[in-house]
Amino acid sequence: MGQLIPLDSFGVTEHDVLEALGRVKVRDVDYADLYFESCVSESVSMEESLVKRATKSISQGVGVRATAGEKTGFAYSDDLTRHDLELAADTARYIANSPGGSQPVPVPVHSRPARDLYPVPHAQADVATADRVTLLNRIDAEARRYDPRIKNVMASFNTEYKIVMVATSDGTFIGDVQPLSRLQVTCIAEDGGNRQIGSFGGGGRIGFDFYRQGDRYLNYAKEAARIAILNLSAVEAPAGVIPVVLGGGWPGILLHEAIGHGLEADFNRKKTSAFSNLLGKRVASDVCTIVDDGTLPDRRGSLNMDDEGTATARTMLIEKGILRGYITDKLNARLLGIPLTGNGRRESYQSLVLPRMTNTFMLAGESNPEDIIKSVKRGLYAVSFGGGQVDITNGKFVFSASEAYLIEDGKVTKPVKGATLIGSGPEILTKVSMVGHDLKLDEGIGTCGKEGQSVPVGVGLPTIRIDEITVGGTQAG
Amino acid sequence: MSEVRESGRSVQPANGHLAQLASDVLAMAKQHGATEADVVVADGENLSVQIRLGSVDRLSKAREKRLGLRVFVGKRSATSSTSDFSSESLRRLVSETCTLAKAVVEDPVSGLPAADQLATDQPDLDLYDETRLDTDRQIDLAKRAEAAALASDARITNSEGADFDSSWGRVVLGNNHGFIGEYRSSSYSLAVSPVAVDPVSGSMQRDAWYDVRRKFHTLDTPEAIGREAAKRTVRRLGARKVGTKRVPVVFDQETAGSLLGNLCSAVSGYALYKGASFLGGQLGKRLAPDWFTVYDDGRMVGGLGSRPFDGEGLPTRKNTVVDNGVLASYLLDTYSGKKLGLPSSGNASRSVGESPSVGPTNFYLTPGTCSAEDIIRGVKDGLYVTELIGFGINMVTGDYSRGAGGFWIENGELTYPVEEITIAGNLKQMFSDIEIVGSDLVFRGRIASPTLKIAEMTVAGN
Repeated sequence: MGQLIPLDSFGVTEHDVLEALGRVKVRDVDYADLYFESCVSESVSMEESLVKRATKSISQGVGVRATAGEKTGFAYSDDLTRHDLELAADTARYIANSPGGSQPVPVPVHSRPARDLYPVPHAQADVATADRVTLLNRIDAEARRYDPRIKNVMASFNTEYKIVMVATSDGTFIGDVQPLSRLQVTCIAEDGGNRQIGSFGGGGRIGFDFYRQGDRYLNYAKEAARIAILNLSAVEAPAGVIPVVLGGGWPGILLHEAIGHGLEADFNRKKTSAFSNLLGKRVASDVCTIVDDGTLPDRRGSLNMDDEGTATARTMLIEKGILRGYITDKLNARLLGIPLTGNGRRESYQSLVLPRMTNTFMLAGESNPEDIIKSVKRGLYAVSFGGGQVDITNGKFVFSASEAYLIEDGKVTKPVKGATLIGSGPEILTKVSMVGHDLKLDEGIGTCGKEGQSVPVGVGLPTIRIDEITVGGTQAG
Repeated sequence: MSEVRESGRSVQPANGHLAQLASDVLAMAKQHGATEADVVVADGENLSVQIRLGSVDRLSKAREKRLGLRVFVGKRSATSSTSDFSSESLRRLVSETCTLAKAVVEDPVSGLPAADQLATDQPDLDLYDETRLDTDRQIDLAKRAEAAALASDARITNSEGADFDSSWGRVVLGNNHGFIGEYRSSSYSLAVSPVAVDPVSGSMQRDAWYDVRRKFHTLDTPEAIGREAAKRTVRRLGARKVGTKRVPVVFDQETAGSLLGNLCSAVSGYALYKGASFLGGQLGKRLAPDWFTVYDDGRMVGGLGSRPFDGEGLPTRKNTVVDNGVLASYLLDTYSGKKLGLPSSGNASRSVGESPSVGPTNFYLTPGTCSAEDIIRGVKDGLYVTELIGFGINMVTGDYSRGAGGFWIENGELTYPVEEITIAGNLKQMFSDIEIVGSDLVFRGRIASPTLKIAEMTVAGN
């Protein structure tokens, strides 16, 4: 890239940007920013052994924001002329009730994030459609080869190439290029009248080669097929309170739902979170240490900088069971007087910045994973999950198992049908009695929804034992 | 300034700027080798305010526009979309879309609908209200709703806020069979989300209430919405778990609507031809008791899901999805219909930027004669569900396991609130086990259901 700031990508001049920023940063505005975004996303998908769908989407625009006290004024436009910038600035500053007129803002220093966590050359991100088609066709063949009972294979390959530029009234002028891709495989297995589904996939802020390394894409196909076939023999899941062992990786969605959302600073500023006022208090057993880390190379949840231009960080959330910190953006860090953690994120220029997670995971413990399973007489061993959800205010969360087994007398036995697990966020981690030494991050498929905005996230977990949680199967007793 | 109220026509003569743009893009597609194409153009504006504890928390205003293109090169096809309407950018998009289409394989079933199936009438469904609320007026309405919630019970001491959103939009669809259609629509919504604190335990509960309408003057009053939100929040205080057992379960309007949404997904043509629905091969078979009838009505006047034509230009209509307990129709567009050997049901849905799919219009369960109170009165020991969370539904098998909250019913009375429980069953069994449907059908979205009772499900708790 020739220049530090991708002004050319947006066809605007530095003068236009500073003038709009000055127009919105009137007297009573504490902070203002402009977020420029240009995004190209592409998707190619296959079903019935035919790669028959391809889509491409282009979007470009600017979001203009002003904050004054607890108030936020916001406007966005998909046109980037001087006139559009002025209109958006006038709307955003409406909340401040200040007299109009431009006010000079400090001339920002052009900068680039201090590190590059995802150095994907554009050519790697912009891979030929024909190559994607080849990859999807091989996935189809691989999944069908796994077992003749695989009757349909659906796979999609999605890529996104996002260029962003942030100018702020506190003197930041910074840009980033954020590639993202994901490959997802779903198989449907049929045996007699019994039909089942299995899904697997992965991705990250990586190039096309990632999927070919060690035939990763073929492993996705085999895993999706394996889960679909496995579920053909699944028995009804138990209902009631039992011990549950969670496998490593994606089951870390537990942390995301049970505590992550509850630690986002907006809910705590408003005191609507079940975790409000628990800073410094015990919310987990002392084997639990949990961080949010946006600085891991190549990961789906990672960012060089957040959408307010702040460098991302590794933030200690829970240290040996004690609640240590919240996840913050500029507005909430300022209002709460707590550290800025670089978690101000937005889905696009059309959405407001909110404090959001990046990659949230529990650090490895000392137990041997096999010993954890052996310790359970009758319980559930859950290794893969679909989605989860939480009610921030009462702290109740759910997450739904998609691959799980019974544990009987310390041994993993029959696969069980999917079931929802439900618990209470501030309590559940106090029931974690063993943490394995096998920390694993997920494959790179997570998308988190909050206030209608979706952002890519990661989770991770070692094998853990939860002494009791309610499992929502159909088999009572 | 207060609002200007006029009754606008929702169907416009298609001779405006967007229609011209659509036909220009269709012509460009032809030049680039497309044998067939269709274009959808949407634009709109919205204004949303959020009040929290009496002050403005957020204010957001925007105009947006987007164009979606689908091209066919013989039997190969691709779709694309953009928010950049400059002619150079559109030309590049058209060219890239045609290139993309040539890169995928032939799909013998693909193509535009036949010309003689396209809508010739485009009735005015009364979807548009020209009332423009200025910012201060919206702030005032949201403030009143939140204040009503805060004032109605001393235990409501906090709030996630009150939101008033208004939006106006226009959709133009054109294809190179000569179809061009346009309609406008508006929506106004007000939602309040109070937080109540238990004075004894200090534990908190949140709930919400809302209304959403195409016409501003039909929206519930801010006070009514605020009071209902408060009532729903306060009644959850002191919620507890219950023991694991099999009991009758009554779904309130909102959660019954979510159950009907599951039915809607299961009758989607795309899920069906992929073998991904538990209702595959069930057309003409019994799904529910013989008084159970579900319609999808695309031409309900003023409906939140109404539109004069679907995402491919076919006329919308009233389809009987479940006819006296028998599965009578799937929701189909041209493509998924052909895959299943059936004609389109006029349910093509076209969110700009994505491949066409199918979706409901106004999808609802016809009401019965019992009130919700009567249904509850008939339960000796059971659960009244008012909240469902999570995604524990397997559409391939119909297996159902979701987090739930609500009230325990004892001897026909709601006794105490319950939480941190799950309800589980199988959707196919659940629909056949529906015992009673209430009389209280109200549309607050595109999918609506009265209160309903299922004979028995597994409730998991302690």
